[in-house]
Amino acid sequence: MRCTCAGLTLAGTYITERDGMAVVKLDSGYNIGISFSNVGWLERPSPPPAVTTPVVVQDSALPEISIISTGGTIASRVDYRTGAVTSQFSASDILRAIPELGSIGRYRTRQVASILSENMLPAIWQELARAVYEEIGRGVAGVIVTHGTDTMSYSAAAVSFMVRTPVPVVFVGSQRSADRPSSDNAMNALCSAAAATSPLGEVAVVMHDTTSDDRCAVHRATRVRKMHTSRRDAFRSMGMPPIGYVDYPSLKVELADEAVRRGTEEPELREALEERCGLLYFHPGMPADVLDPFEGYAGLVLAGTGLGHVRTGWIPRLRELIAGGTTVVMTSQCLHGRVCDRVYDTGRDLLSIGVIEGEDMLPEVALVKLMWVLGQEGDPDAIRELVQANLRGEIRRRSHDGL
Amino acid sequence: MDYEALGLKAGIEIHQQLDTEEKLFCRCPTVLRDTEERSGEFFRYLRATESELGEIDRAAQEEMKLVRRFRYYTYDTVCLVEHDEEPPAPMNREALAVCLTIAKMLGMTPIEQVHTMRKLVIDGSNTSGFQRTALVALNGALPDGCQIETICLEEEAAQRVADETFSLDRLGVPLVEITTAPCMHTPEDVQRVAEYIGMVLRSTGRVKRGLGTIRQDINVSIRDGARVEIKGVQDLGLLAEAVRLEVQRQVNLLAIRDELCARNASVDPNPVDVTDIFAATKSAILQKAKCILAIRLPGFAGLVGREIQPGRRLGSEMADYARKCGVGGIFHTDELPAYGVTAEEVERLRERVGAAGEDCVVLVASTRQRAGCAAEQVLIRARMALAGVPEETRRMLEGGGTAYMRPLPGAARMYPETDVFPITIGKALWESIEVPELLTARAERFVAEHGLDPALARQVAFSERLPLFERMVAAGVRPTLAARTILATMRELARDGVQVERIADDEVLYLLEAVEAGRAAKEAVPDLLAELARMGARGPPATPDQSRERVDAAIEKVAPAVSQEEVEAIVRRVLQEREKFARQRGMAALGPLMGVVMKDLRGSADGKLVSDVLKRELQRLLS
Repeated sequence: MRCTCAGLTLAGTYITERDGMAVVKLDSGYNIGISFSNVGWLERPSPPPAVTTPVVVQDSALPEISIISTGGTIASRVDYRTGAVTSQFSASDILRAIPELGSIGRYRTRQVASILSENMLPAIWQELARAVYEEIGRGVAGVIVTHGTDTMSYSAAAVSFMVRTPVPVVFVGSQRSADRPSSDNAMNALCSAAAATSPLGEVAVVMHDTTSDDRCAVHRATRVRKMHTSRRDAFRSMGMPPIGYVDYPSLKVELADEAVRRGTEEPELREALEERCGLLYFHPGMPADVLDPFEGYAGLVLAGTGLGHVRTGWIPRLRELIAGGTTVVMTSQCLHGRVCDRVYDTGRDLLSIGVIEGEDMLPEVALVKLMWVLGQEGDPDAIRELVQANLRGEIRRRSHDGL
Repeated sequence: MDYEALGLKAGIEIHQQLDTEEKLFCRCPTVLRDTEERSGEFFRYLRATESELGEIDRAAQEEMKLVRRFRYYTYDTVCLVEHDEEPPAPMNREALAVCLTIAKMLGMTPIEQVHTMRKLVIDGSNTSGFQRTALVALNGALPDGCQIETICLEEEAAQRVADETFSLDRLGVPLVEITTAPCMHTPEDVQRVAEYIGMVLRSTGRVKRGLGTIRQDINVSIRDGARVEIKGVQDLGLLAEAVRLEVQRQVNLLAIRDELCARNASVDPNPVDVTDIFAATKSAILQKAKCILAIRLPGFAGLVGREIQPGRRLGSEMADYARKCGVGGIFHTDELPAYGVTAEEVERLRERVGAAGEDCVVLVASTRQRAGCAAEQVLIRARMALAGVPEETRRMLEGGGTAYMRPLPGAARMYPETDVFPITIGKALWESIEVPELLTARAERFVAEHGLDPALARQVAFSERLPLFERMVAAGVRPTLAARTILATMRELARDGVQVERIADDEVLYLLEAVEAGRAAKEAVPDLLAELARMGARGPPATPDQSRERVDAAIEKVAPAVSQEEVEAIVRRVLQEREKFARQRGMAALGPLMGVVMKDLRGSADGKLVSDVLKRELQRLLS
């Protein structure tokens, strides 16, 4: 198409409409926005030529790894004509984008969802858990789950509770989009593949450990949290060191003694979840009636202040909720450290009405766990016992000093 | 050389850093730092991303031949955006305004809606692997009619410290890129256009000054030659020479092509492993190489070694290509035997590859993989020699010659920066942009308004201390005094080793105000400035008041102003002491006596006052 601009006639490709203007890609590669009245159509843009992607031959002597995609991009391709970035899912596409993966394993891929991670749903956690379980059943050496980073730790914790695994189940994503040459996607993917073929035997998150491309950390799924909006090393293990590291580019995996080893567990799927659960972040002055919508909920996790408190004025309303059958679990906004409601009066009052201390569980993990526990158990005493028991490494029996 | 007959066409791209408060896509200051001041470092790998068409930009791909680890120095004046650890902030409006000002001065038309793009650059100079750039205005013209095609606003790249180490202080400083049409036809044209655009840029008063703040790229081609882009010419004085040498190179390459054609030359596509021939060679490089490959170039003898630019041969071009694979260089039979390679070894080599007398043989030596890659590159460059001049991006060498850098980038390297919203340049914004007076016009005005000598007026207008000059004149300082102080006096002091950069503009202003008010003598200005420079070692004055205090303290220390009575007393004493001399010489004694008095006063009084008093007293004595 042609457009007139600055008294010149310029050739370019029409891309899209933005704020009432035609966005045109000039032959120089630059995009400009110009009024539609200045645009003249010459020919309809021909559809992009079909991309013929050669199938990458995989090395059958290498261990098989299953890649399950939920929407996080492990590999992507840019259309320089339109600027559109598309995610790539097939094993061939992924191997073409990150050829080094080919020397670690052979891959089968499976797509469970294609969503932004903020749109994740407990129902998709369940689907994901079934997919992971099936892949384990096929005898793969390890499973990689690609996931958007925003809610990756929720999903990883959920799968951790739902699936008992003898092989590594590794969640991975990227903090910097895969279309850029500096993206962390390739290194994270390579480290996750190394972890997926390592002696690890639990659900983990593998992401950059530092801002440099020097190593990835292997985090326990129930102790990891995204602690920065944008940095590569946003994922941190909370209240414990990472359970391992993958050195880059050597891809040497080093596991802590505490990391569960391959083959320790028998595969098992328990996917039932009670979705009527909520997580409420308390703040000073928050009125008690914010609790009203939780009437009829099966579970409620409170992110309380300090040692695990909400204002005294909430106690009558919480008592009613608990009496109505809602399991209420207390966690702390501090994120670091253990809840103890036996130190101050408010805490003692909360305990007396039946609030359960969530120990040192992260609030989000406590929520996911509560959904799972309530999906498995109906008996209040059994529920209390399960909530306070360490099931998948989510509760530390001893608190270590330091942050 | 008759450039017109050769069909020389040249265009330039000028890259000028802007002097804004903050960087283009983050809120960091635009200050450069000493690498010693770095607060940390980190490292990354970059990889080319695949485009929808399954192609990687050819320039980007070339850089990928070497897998490189880049190290970055960071500072407390740098944030996560430069680290590529945070999305960019919205485009800096101050920088956009400066860019629009320049566009308006060049008679350009702004783009209705400005879109920021990502231009792939994976040489490590951008942590993200791309440079953010936006086309802001189009189609301007220079007074001589040369068309200005585009002006882009982009972020400056990180500064290379050494090989693969970069310093992040410069990354993100706003930069305008002005591209002219290929409208220049002689090397001198190029120089003149670059000088004119540089003057326009400085007229805004909003651009950075000093070494490295402005860089020129030149596009040169001759008839039957090819477009070659010469990157990063920092020295304006070398522009014309660079064009001359590039024309010379293209002329010579075309002559080589013609001769190759006449000889029916060709390229043997199959390199031969000749490692064994050099098993016991005296050449250290060949001796330690795991693999030596020989490329036979039938009909190339004598031409690979032919000079195409001072100190550079066709062989140098092949070596540049081979270096992309990590080898140190190449050997070729036009320069052998030499470098420890014996005539006998050359003979065996020729025999092995079946080289006839008119054939040239090129050697590459390294690991098997690198040698293979380098041999491939030599073949590519040799084939190009058969076709003439390749399109290339080249880098400047000392003296104006150039070396191959990478292929010309394709349009495949741009895609939208989706994290930055487009900006609409409305009528109101465009109309609000004020066009500053050109420095040349300002110099003419200084001549007309202040009676400055034209040469001095031009110096003032082009000086970095122009704003100070204008402030001083506005404050009532005589323009000649103001001009001489900042141009002559301060330069002389600098030459004598005084650290004049420690003197604040405010201090110069207050000092000359004191002179005009009669509180200090004009003659004492150099000493006073030197004293202020010494005081400046304590750090710059924090407030205007502190500047005043320092000026007062300097006057008190160096040259306390002397009252008229005191001057008269000194004059009478001097006359008394030299009465005989005065009577002998009469009024002609005025000159010599003036020197004596001024020496006595050590510049603490104005020369005119002293001269008046002396004249009066001398007349009285003689009468």
